[in-house]
Amino acid sequence: MNKWILMALVATLAACSTPVKLDEASVEDKSAQGSGATMKALTPATTGAAASNAGSVASLDASATAKSAVGAERIVYFDFDSFAIRPEFQGIIESNARTLKANKAAKISIEGHTDERGGREYNLALGQKRAEAVRKALGLLGVSEAQMEAVSFGKEKPAVAGNSEAAMEKNRRAEISVR
Amino acid sequence: MNKLFLGCIAWLLACTAQAQFRVEVSGTGLTQFPIAIAAFKGNEGMTQRIAAIVQADLERSGQFRSVEGNTAGLDENTRPDLASLRKQGADALLTGSVSRVGDDRYEVRFRLWDTVRSQDLGGQSHSVGAAEMRRVAHKIADTVYEKLTGEKGVFATRIAYVTKSAAVYNLWVADADGEGAQSALRSTEPIISPSWAPNGNQLAYVSFESRKPVVYVHDVDSGKRRLVANFKGSNSAPSWSPDGKTLALTLSRDGGSQIYLMDAVQPGAEARRLAASSGIDTEPTFSPDGQTVYFVSDRGGSPQIYKVPVSGGTPERVTFGGSYNISPAVSPDGRSLAYISRVAGAFKLHVMDLASGQAQAITDTSADENPSFAPNSRMIIYATQQHGREALMTSTLDGRVKARLAGQSGDLREPDWGPMGK
Repeated sequence: MNKWILMALVATLAACSTPVKLDEASVEDKSAQGSGATMKALTPATTGAAASNAGSVASLDASATAKSAVGAERIVYFDFDSFAIRPEFQGIIESNARTLKANKAAKISIEGHTDERGGREYNLALGQKRAEAVRKALGLLGVSEAQMEAVSFGKEKPAVAGNSEAAMEKNRRAEISVR
Repeated sequence: MNKLFLGCIAWLLACTAQAQFRVEVSGTGLTQFPIAIAAFKGNEGMTQRIAAIVQADLERSGQFRSVEGNTAGLDENTRPDLASLRKQGADALLTGSVSRVGDDRYEVRFRLWDTVRSQDLGGQSHSVGAAEMRRVAHKIADTVYEKLTGEKGVFATRIAYVTKSAAVYNLWVADADGEGAQSALRSTEPIISPSWAPNGNQLAYVSFESRKPVVYVHDVDSGKRRLVANFKGSNSAPSWSPDGKTLALTLSRDGGSQIYLMDAVQPGAEARRLAASSGIDTEPTFSPDGQTVYFVSDRGGSPQIYKVPVSGGTPERVTFGGSYNISPAVSPDGRSLAYISRVAGAFKLHVMDLASGQAQAITDTSADENPSFAPNSRMIIYATQQHGREALMTSTLDGRVKARLAGQSGDLREPDWGPMGK
């Protein structure tokens, strides 16, 4: 009996001390890989922490590349129907440019995404515009073209499931990932 | 005990098959051919009911209405009381039988009657294995359809579509009614934009399995596939020319999504740019005579449908209503254009008569995607959302007769209708 209370306490403390951030590079969505049992052991405390941040359970992208981000931050978010980089993301562009110029062998993929409204192929093209906007911005800061590839996932890989405004905001993005 | 168990399962499957299929007819004054279809003698107790499959096919076409009549006990040899059936409202009668002629060998026979002129319109006999029962039912439906409308039926054609179930994507090849699906590709990354080659043997599609969109051409029978486009950036929206020799597709290799043509047969083919804009050009699709490519472009400030000669030239705008028109599909008879238009935030399937430019919305759903014409130009298959799930629907071109397709479980999307005769 005591063992269960202790485990629950540890789980609760662990969850409270590491709130889930949507751009947290180190968290993987294990349920997408089929090993849902691992996540279940941590509920309900983990879910509670996530809920207080996002209002719903966020399903994160299971990319293997999520583990090794370039720079501290790697996601640029966009307004609806837009591929303009907002001023608040200029810092992310600059820090990633610095890292890439310092390491000419490093290669990145810039992955553009959209929210779930609209056709798949047109959204693939919109996502491409977002990825290329980031690529151009990095190029203007001196990053070599050979180090970058701009690709799009369109609406196929949302970061957050659902069609609430909050979810869609987090899906309109370009992610910088190491290849 | 086993027999009872198997009997229950068969009954359950039969019920499920009926429950999945529902034709929605809207509007009045439809011209529909009334036909009585007798249960095929000897077909009782089998999983696949020929009469039910034929009825579902004919009703889904929108051109037929099934009539209940005194058809009990009839087979292809009985001389039916045609006058009585005429009185019951049937202009034609289909009768038939299924006989077991060997180990897993059946003979399926049918006869079609014109009740108005009291004529025997002929019949056929098919020798099949149990596994081919659905296919032969579709062929019978095609024969009936052609005899009574003068047009070729599409019931024995195939469709391709994609499902997403949890984190697994499958590209399916199925009968035109969504049944009998077999997986051509299974992936943990998305698959989009399947496109049948005109020969009905190959599918082009976009796969994200290498963490970027690339285009494959996949031989359906052998499972062998060829990577045809993996240029720098994104590769997508493959579309075949009617002669099967050229693929149009969208590449971002020169910066921005633009349309290119490449040889479909040559490995490592060069890609020639077809049109140019500083924005988005995508979703190319050939006209049935192979001379024109329709595509989506935002060169005018918002996504609209344009067309350009295959040899190049100045694109001409085709859609003018609204601020978002995408996913063009041209009917094989060249007369109609299906596309998706955003109207007050809803994404709605429209059909335009190309001669007049007149277009109408034909659905009352609000998340329509990806229309594709049947090879006889009489139906459209498309993806939409119903009751919170992604589903595939067929519709007549006027939107009056629609049906939701059976298929795999999970979310169904990205349909493409295969060609005639395969």
